[in-house]
Amino acid sequence: MLSSRELTPETVSAILTLATQLESEDPLRRAERLAKRRIALLFYESSTRTRTSFELAAKGLGADTTLVSSLSSSIEKGETLKDTGLTLKALGAEAIILRHPSSGAPWLLERETRLPVLNAGDGMHEHPSQALLDLRTILAHLRPGETQVTAETLAGVTVAITGDILHSRVARSNMLLLPKVGARVILCGPKELLPEVAAQAGPGIAIERNFERALAEAQVVMMLRIQAERLAGLQLDLEEYKAKYQLTEARLAAFAPKALVMHPGPIIRGLELTGEVADGPQSVILEQVHHGVAIRMALVYRALTVGVGA
Amino acid sequence: MSVILIKGGHLIDPAAGVDGLKDVVLKDGRVAEIAEPGKSSLGKGKAGPELQIIDAKGLTVAPGLVDIHVHLREPGQGHKETIATGTAAAAAGGFTSVAAMPNTTPTNDTPEITRWMQAPERGASVRVFPIGAATRAIKGEVLNDYAALKSAGAVAVTDDGHPILKDSIMREVLINATRQGLSVIQHAEDTRLTGGCSMNAGATAFRLGLRGMPQEAEFGLVERDIRLVTELSMNGKGDKNGHRPHLHVAHTSTAQAVAAVRQARRNGLRVTCEVAPHHFLLTEEHVGAYDTNAKMNPPLRSAADRDAMIQGILDGVVDAIATDHAPHAAFEKEVEFERAPNGITGLESALGLSLRWLHQEWKLPLGRVLSLLSAQPAALLGLRGRGTLAVGSFADVVIFDPKAEWVFRAKDSRSKSKNTPFDGWTMQGRVRWTISEGRVIFQAATA
Repeated sequence: MLSSRELTPETVSAILTLATQLESEDPLRRAERLAKRRIALLFYESSTRTRTSFELAAKGLGADTTLVSSLSSSIEKGETLKDTGLTLKALGAEAIILRHPSSGAPWLLERETRLPVLNAGDGMHEHPSQALLDLRTILAHLRPGETQVTAETLAGVTVAITGDILHSRVARSNMLLLPKVGARVILCGPKELLPEVAAQAGPGIAIERNFERALAEAQVVMMLRIQAERLAGLQLDLEEYKAKYQLTEARLAAFAPKALVMHPGPIIRGLELTGEVADGPQSVILEQVHHGVAIRMALVYRALTVGVGA
Repeated sequence: MSVILIKGGHLIDPAAGVDGLKDVVLKDGRVAEIAEPGKSSLGKGKAGPELQIIDAKGLTVAPGLVDIHVHLREPGQGHKETIATGTAAAAAGGFTSVAAMPNTTPTNDTPEITRWMQAPERGASVRVFPIGAATRAIKGEVLNDYAALKSAGAVAVTDDGHPILKDSIMREVLINATRQGLSVIQHAEDTRLTGGCSMNAGATAFRLGLRGMPQEAEFGLVERDIRLVTELSMNGKGDKNGHRPHLHVAHTSTAQAVAAVRQARRNGLRVTCEVAPHHFLLTEEHVGAYDTNAKMNPPLRSAADRDAMIQGILDGVVDAIATDHAPHAAFEKEVEFERAPNGITGLESALGLSLRWLHQEWKLPLGRVLSLLSAQPAALLGLRGRGTLAVGSFADVVIFDPKAEWVFRAKDSRSKSKNTPFDGWTMQGRVRWTISEGRVIFQAATA
């Protein structure tokens, strides 16, 4: 699973169904599913949520996991991604969960190791497991009880993704996934962080520069962190940004009093949204984290049972 | 030296205006005679130790191809390519003259390096014409000694992948090169706009999460250079010796850059440009799943830009096809897309692709295709006696089967590196013999 682009509504439906099935399964029986199978987590960037939930997911299925991170391995000594991958394979890894700062790195790893690779975030490109857990969160609130998704499941639902779209792999995965199940995606942000070409990334995507207009149309508001580490050279006035795009209680009450407030984390309180909004009644930020484990159980299970390309 | 008689072939020599069945006699490294079939002074001479006869019946005989943009990687980067392996690839591709870029290690700043590159010890199969570095260590600050470089054999100056951004330095480079009668080649890229970028800017780059090089990074610098050339051309009078600056734009990839060159020429300036096969055949979509063999600089552009390259070739604004042959070792390309070095090999696929697409598909006459690959680039850099088979010229010849279709296999390449996006592509026109200064340097295994 490398990208949202390759997912069909049928595959999404199968993943969601499997996630629910695994989540409700007796933990002892569940742990037999991948008992003692070996899964490597290869992390070239820091992570709290994604790493922990992938690890808990793999362990919940009974697999042995090992974590290799760039700062405590031979990667520091200059070992390449290819050689690191081949080393993990030689150690018995049957799948690799990769987070990497370079867009496209999972394709390289899959080509060179011929192992199933789960993309846990590659550069500015994609973070497909995040989009799937976001979808599960949205469905739990807007389509409770529906077990199958189709190309129309989220018809009539508008999701406003707001903030640093340019550098966000979460935004790309969501803007490609959500329209496949019927949602309309509005991208919102200043030109520096949201180029016009973003609307051409796929079908069902529009740009609205005015945050309040975007809010007024949205049933779901997805806020993104300003990625200081990727801003490289952009002149962005944070005070001006906050004045136009920060999600505050007042804005929420005035323009989207019923919308779900989502954020992939980590959140920076007081920047893209206020602490009150993050902790407020419309926020489902921690539910998103919770859904991550079930989704990632399904992805890990599929990777080891369906194989490459699934 | 022995004599070679090429008999019965169809000679196409655009510079000499020849297009018909001719026998060609090569002697002492030069073209000795062009005659009607069977009518040469050798008559029905018999092959022997002193006479090699090549039966070219059904084949096209043309001036050896001239590639004015290759990276042979020596000195200093012999793990990618050597002058011996790079020129062996050239020979297999039908090229007999290559102009070698100065971004070696060290850079070609001096007559010593320029001579070293041409020394017999390098084992070159074809003639190597070094291009000197315009500024020391291609840093864009201090000009090299152009008179010394020229006397050692340099045919042009450039800073290649490190374009000269400062107006004042570029002006000095143009003035000094003009004084020596040297061309200035610019890799047009305003690197202030392309930091951290690894493909063309646009929707595809956005979708792939890669930073994109904007088109204006190329055409903006082309326009700046043309402004400088306009100033220095003094309304066509040139400098005090009557020399006019010659700006050659390397590997043009954007529609606007071609448009700028077209306008400059209308204004009577000496501005020329080349296009690489990958820029008239491929688009940014070929990056696909982060294929590092689709990573080069300038990058593959949009379909509209690709079409503008084809149009520029067909309508004559483009002066030459040049490969930008840029070998890299496999391990260097087997990395994350953003970290992979720029460039692809090209010497062994340029003729086959040009014949297949420019000639067969887009109906450019064979003579014009060959001119873009020989006569025009030779004239552009003032390579006397190259790019034509007029009597007295160097005996540089390519003989190919224009009808043969074949599949290019990277693994069979003579180049030390195999980084090409054209692996498995169908080519038109198979090189059967390549002759450099009267020596057969390539002969195809007979099919």
